Amino acid sequence: MAQDHDHHHHDHDHDHGHGTVLSDVELRVRALESVLVEKGYVDPAALDLLIETYETKVGPHNGAHVVAKAWSDPAYHDWLMQDATAAIQSLGYIGRQGEHMVAVKNTPTVHNMVVCTLCSCYPWPVLGLPPVWYKSAPYRSRAVMDPRGVLKDFGVTLPEGKQIKVWDSTAEVRYLVLPERPAGTEGWSEDQLAQLVTRDSMIGTGLARQP
Amino acid sequence: MNGGADMGGMMGFGPVRHEGEHEPKFHAEWEKRVLAMTLAVGATGQWNIDMSRSARESLPPPQYYAKSYYEIWLAGIERLMIERGMISAEEIEAGRVLAPPKKLPRILTAEAVPTVLAKGGPTERPSDQPARFKLGDRVRARNMHPTGHTRLPRYVRGHVGTIELLHGVHVFPDSNATGKGEQPQWLYTVRFAGRELWGVEADPTLSVSVDAWDSYLEPA
Repeated sequence: MAQDHDHHHHDHDHDHGHGTVLSDVELRVRALESVLVEKGYVDPAALDLLIETYETKVGPHNGAHVVAKAWSDPAYHDWLMQDATAAIQSLGYIGRQGEHMVAVKNTPTVHNMVVCTLCSCYPWPVLGLPPVWYKSAPYRSRAVMDPRGVLKDFGVTLPEGKQIKVWDSTAEVRYLVLPERPAGTEGWSEDQLAQLVTRDSMIGTGLARQP
Repeated sequence: MNGGADMGGMMGFGPVRHEGEHEPKFHAEWEKRVLAMTLAVGATGQWNIDMSRSARESLPPPQYYAKSYYEIWLAGIERLMIERGMISAEEIEAGRVLAPPKKLPRILTAEAVPTVLAKGGPTERPSDQPARFKLGDRVRARNMHPTGHTRLPRYVRGHVGTIELLHGVHVFPDSNATGKGEQPQWLYTVRFAGRELWGVEADPTLSVSVDAWDSYLEPA
């Protein structure tokens, strides 16, 4: 039935020789959305705005700003390590899935890595939506047991004796890794430094870019 | 429950397949719609975040593993709305309304989106209960197997760690997910040595920290 319904309304997806046939899940999502809109449970303009927000406004560039500031401003660094929620909010990165933040710092002797083995908890205001791999079974199952093996999948090898601290986000606390500042960046501006901060370096599955 | 979502320490899923730093935020249009619908219907206040997690995590394991992440979210909101009489399975099949809507106290308008996202859902609650543990205390994660929602992963149960952080008093998901109220408790980070969790052959440089509510723990 759902297919019949969709066929009437979305013929353009089937024609034109592109071979695009809507999958069962696409049909189901369209059906659900039309029911919710017709029942007045959702405002279509709100749906579009939610998508636009997470596609264009919120993302790892926010976290990179936090990290670059912590690298260049000792007072901000100390505030971030002491009260990450307030320090991050002061830059305007607030709200959903970032209500309670903790920053964990990589050093020459300690590497931090963040996972959510139970679902997909992730600091949205600073990193945006989690990548597919973060939510996937291979990462969630192995990160807590074999983080060095996981890091190999990312092409990262840590020195043998380095401590690895894995943070499993099982509550509403969200963790942000403060990566090590690359050598040779003395005197760089915050904007320049932010270019070296990758998403993965703030999850702990990567390191900051070398200049 | 000991469900499919509790994956820490499982084996056989293969390597992590990452798509690089600039992986697309969505891999299909329908994923965007599912994310947006989940946030929008969640904002109608018919359930809380713990109920929404529980609806996803209590999917039978074969279904949980067969679905992509946004398919799991889709199954979650369908179930939550069907349980509350907001929609019926027949309506999803038909793609049209078959029964009058349930009256909702509020819906999320476009104008309210920025405010609602900025507000989020803080879980810390004011409280004068004293913390039972202090930094450095040795604690054991209880060997417990609740049939309802819980956030204590199986791989730490029965193991001894040390209190690493105190987070204040937070909403307790195990009760909040089942409509028994927030029952806020102290929340701690507990750090476990890798060898305590995985045995003597484990990486000696590894430690794993989990966030655990007071009632998940006992003195060790």
